[in-house]
Amino acid sequence: MNLQAFLLLAAALFSIGLFGALSQQSVVMLMMGLELMVNGLLAAGGGFWFYVSPGAADGQVLVLVAVTVMALEMAMGFAVVTALFRARDVDLTDDAGDLRG
Amino acid sequence: MQAFAFWVLAAAAAGSGAAVFVVDSMARATFSLLGSFLCVGAELLLIDLHYLGVLVMLMMIMEMLVMAVFMIMYMMNPAGLMPMSMVHNRRGALAISGTAFAALAAGAVLVPWPERRGAPPADPTRALGEAVMGPKMLVMMVIGIAILATMIATVVLATHRGRYDRPGSDARAEGGGGG
Amino acid sequence: MAESPVWAVVALPLALAALAWAAAALDAVLGAASAGGTGSGPGPGLVRACGDPLHEAVRLLTQQRRRTLMADRPLTRIGVVVLPVAATLAAVVVPLGGRAVADLPVGVVWFNTMEVAVWGALWLTGWGADSAFPLAGGYRFLAQGMAYELPHMFVLITAALGAGSLDLGEIAAAQDGLWFAVWMPVAFAVYLVSALAMAFWGPLGHPLGGDLAGGAALELSGPDRLVFLAGRYLLLTVAAAVAVPLFLGGGAGPLLPAWAWTLVKTCAVLGALVWARRRFPAVRMERFMGIAWTVLIPATLLQMLVVGVVVLD
Repeated sequence: MNLQAFLLLAAALFSIGLFGALSQQSVVMLMMGLELMVNGLLAAGGGFWFYVSPGAADGQVLVLVAVTVMALEMAMGFAVVTALFRARDVDLTDDAGDLRG
Repeated sequence: MQAFAFWVLAAAAAGSGAAVFVVDSMARATFSLLGSFLCVGAELLLIDLHYLGVLVMLMMIMEMLVMAVFMIMYMMNPAGLMPMSMVHNRRGALAISGTAFAALAAGAVLVPWPERRGAPPADPTRALGEAVMGPKMLVMMVIGIAILATMIATVVLATHRGRYDRPGSDARAEGGGGG
Repeated sequence: MAESPVWAVVALPLALAALAWAAAALDAVLGAASAGGTGSGPGPGLVRACGDPLHEAVRLLTQQRRRTLMADRPLTRIGVVVLPVAATLAAVVVPLGGRAVADLPVGVVWFNTMEVAVWGALWLTGWGADSAFPLAGGYRFLAQGMAYELPHMFVLITAALGAGSLDLGEIAAAQDGLWFAVWMPVAFAVYLVSALAMAFWGPLGHPLGGDLAGGAALELSGPDRLVFLAGRYLLLTVAAAVAVPLFLGGGAGPLLPAWAWTLVKTCAVLGALVWARRRFPAVRMERFMGIAWTVLIPATLLQMLVVGVVVLD
């Protein structure tokens, strides 16, 4: 158990989440991918705190921020899906390309 | 012993994370994701982060339960009784995420990480509290404002009626009185 | 806090189970008393009611399982099993006579987490059966959870704030002389209400309501039902047991040893919770939501402010 192990775990979680976020059509499943990516961040933040600089609380604060970000991301995501669903009866990313460049 | 627990939990975290995109049922997907979070929370417990580890578990259970409500509300096949594929560009996504993992893993192993400075405090929870209420207070203030902004924005986005039609007034033909 | 002996790991679930059985028996006795009318005194019906939980347990153990079509059986099983497991795990941080089975420095947060795990348990139980009424029961508990959780968390934080620690043992020790229940009455009252809500018991038992023909537990039968109902009594027991270090001074008391006082106080709180079931009318969760957010949250915040000012002094 060392920093490398924690970072490998974080990389695995991040990549799995990235796969989900890229491949899933449903907005809700896409958000699950995003959550998994932030989950990797939690593991990495904890690992960095313990193995690099346990004397300072920065790593802990980072984990705290990441946990909050997850909650906010989910709340916003579901609000957007609700608005989208109400307006157009869709919940697929392919149908929500309004901001496409 | 600790290393063994770490690798078991790590495998479980990654495995249940992958299961999210494999299982058909939305309920199973949500609870696989929850399983992944619980494993990461337990990993944090292994490195003395008692408060944060338990907090991750607490918040993620609540969050996933709320998520389950929305999942089932919006998915066309929530129970997975009729297996179907809801993915696009699977191969591209696999390639990108595989590359990302290779790059991140290589970085994790090859980068010469700095030497450990200092030792964990006797009570990390107290250290976190003092940081958040002292030198890192700005972070918490920004988070507080972000939470408030999110609350307002979500209500504005998700609310059924606009500013001027109230329940009871027949401003709109349908659903005006629904509230 | 001292390390607890190994036998405590075995003794704790046994003690919990005994208390849960006592709660079930008391409920049966109260039920028989209210069914038998008033003035008849304790008759043979009441004595028989004491054995009711055992009879029911044996009946459920031998009952054949009822199955529903396309049920998600693994998820149901997880939900049913998580209920007693979470209740037992929540109890490991309760100090019995100065020591807890697991000396976790964040005992309050741990208890909170295990009690939130019940949300998942109940929702899974409701979802897994693939049946409409249980599903509605599961959703009802989520709605109720949204209502009770915030006041409940504020109350836990208030007690922790009063003691300056998240460790249940230290919170109990901080009440040397004056119980938190005395100078934080609002917090204690709200805690009792949320204890009823988290164990979906009595006036807040709507997730298992009769109007849903049994709600989340409707399709459970045989051993599943036994585990589920036992889990609910265990949850009620743990909620009562945690009230003791949080608000009732832990093991403090004259003459008797600390563990005995903890037990006596737990029994008193548990008895009050069981008694409340037949005493108060059911509150629908959307009503409770209104009460929780307009009355309980401001009240607990004010209580926290008072405690904060006192502690600061």
